[in-house]
Amino acid sequence: MKHIFQDKSNGINYRRLENIAPIIECSSCGRNVLEELARTNSSICPFCGNDFRMKAHDRMEQILDNGSFKETNKSMSSVDKLHFPDYTKKLNKYKKSSGLKEAVVTGIGAIDGRKVAIAIMDAQFMMGSMGTVVGQKIVSLTEHATKNKLPLIIFCASGGARMQEGVLSLMQMSRCSIALNRHSEKGLLYISVLTHPTTGGVTASFAMQGDIILAEPGALIGFAGPRVIEQTVKQELPDGFQRSEHLIEHGMIDNIILRRNMKYTLSHLLKLHTPFDGGAL
Amino acid sequence: MKQEIIKKDAWDIVMKARANNRPVGRHYIDAMFDEFIELHGDRLYGDDRALIGGLATLDGIPVTVIAQHKGSSLEERVSVNFGMAHPEGYRKSMRLMKQAEKFHRPVICIIDTNGAYPGIGAEERGQGTAIADNLFQLSSLKTPVISIIIGEGGSGGALALSLGDHLIMLENSIFSVITPEGCATILYKDASKAEEVARHLKLTSDDLMGFGLIDSIIKEPKEFTKDTMSDLVSVLKKEIVEKIYELIKLDTDELVIRRQEKHLANAGV
Ligand SMILES: [Zn+2]
Repeated sequence: MKHIFQDKSNGINYRRLENIAPIIECSSCGRNVLEELARTNSSICPFCGNDFRMKAHDRMEQILDNGSFKETNKSMSSVDKLHFPDYTKKLNKYKKSSGLKEAVVTGIGAIDGRKVAIAIMDAQFMMGSMGTVVGQKIVSLTEHATKNKLPLIIFCASGGARMQEGVLSLMQMSRCSIALNRHSEKGLLYISVLTHPTTGGVTASFAMQGDIILAEPGALIGFAGPRVIEQTVKQELPDGFQRSEHLIEHGMIDNIILRRNMKYTLSHLLKLHTPFDGGAL
Repeated sequence: MKQEIIKKDAWDIVMKARANNRPVGRHYIDAMFDEFIELHGDRLYGDDRALIGGLATLDGIPVTVIAQHKGSSLEERVSVNFGMAHPEGYRKSMRLMKQAEKFHRPVICIIDTNGAYPGIGAEERGQGTAIADNLFQLSSLKTPVISIIIGEGGSGGALALSLGDHLIMLENSIFSVITPEGCATILYKDASKAEEVARHLKLTSDDLMGFGLIDSIIKEPKEFTKDTMSDLVSVLKKEIVEKIYELIKLDTDELVIRRQEKHLANAGV
């Protein structure tokens, strides 16, 4: 069976195979992997260990205890308030291709029995861009966490603020910051997990406001996009620039966690934040 | 008398907001405040000249001034990086805001930037983190914060100084999620479509007022330069001073809650 998943040189007609089972090409080693196999393997390439883009719901399944997830604001979806050209068309296209209503899924779940509020962004929906609905879903989840004294985890994946909603998108950065500040003032824990890619307005707000900031290996993390920087400074960017490994070297994140260790790490961190009141343990 | 309503074109306003002879940050410091003394540096890495910080009096009231500064002569523009701050700029503003909080001194932010600088060092020293920290800190800063957009309010780099109690825009200033050129490049791979895109981005002071995102718009003279700015400065000063008298009387917890609720209400959903 192994040969099916090997590279193109083995003579298998992947185009035909794709009709039976969807295939993804690994951006790191170039080999073809059955999507279903990747999915059951935490969306990791079985050949080289590269992390594939992970769908929000697959990540929920990987991180949360079985059956613990209760989604909030599930049906909330964006409308074209600015009458921006092609925006409605794009929204419909991404709704269809991703099966999602928006670029973030939010809800309440449990990690090894500990209740958490969790948001997972999905870059497959319009590059994970943040418009009013993404902002509102995060604000509303954070407010729920504050009210119910829950720790909060946000998996970030975003190209930044959504241009098609103009300045209304930009304001979501302020709103999320305020909601998180209120959560923080109550002494509650917020863990931010940066996944590929996390850039723009999301980086310049809630992605970098975690008490603890984790990242997946090799994730592109930055404020400006690499192409914009290249055009501005008119020089080639250093190797590995804006990748997780580069950020940890510059002191910008707390740790890099392999996808297969993510649940364990989050669980461990939640445990370490159980309040100690000086009584007998 | 019938008021003539002329719908202004967004691109014309973008051009006005960026005009070379338009007054810049330093001009407002000189024209609006007395006894200004500059305070430099972020205490971490350096001093960013794209953002001027300091203390001054406004009609006798001691205030902290934080002003993005694009420069006027070409030479000066280069030396202040065209008003595009590095993380050091945002960390300087944060330091001075914290200091203002300690002495319960109002903060006046003057906004005018194309955006935070997209460079290698800026990224390595945490441009995103610096802006995020500003927003987080302003969310609960226990002293009044009043912001004025005098020219370009360019995305996150401008937003970082806008999360306050009162936000004013000058008539021909803009506040946008992205530059029209940047947006046109991403959407159409064609920066020359910027003019058209500007109309869709809804970035003028009228647009922002329509969304309920700003508190007031101040009229500009027809030819708006540092030599014709004195009437505008009087109006601006009067509004800020009145606001300070109103805000300074609030209990600090109430002030913070009011600010938070004001911004949270801008859901846009
Ligand atoms: Zn691979």
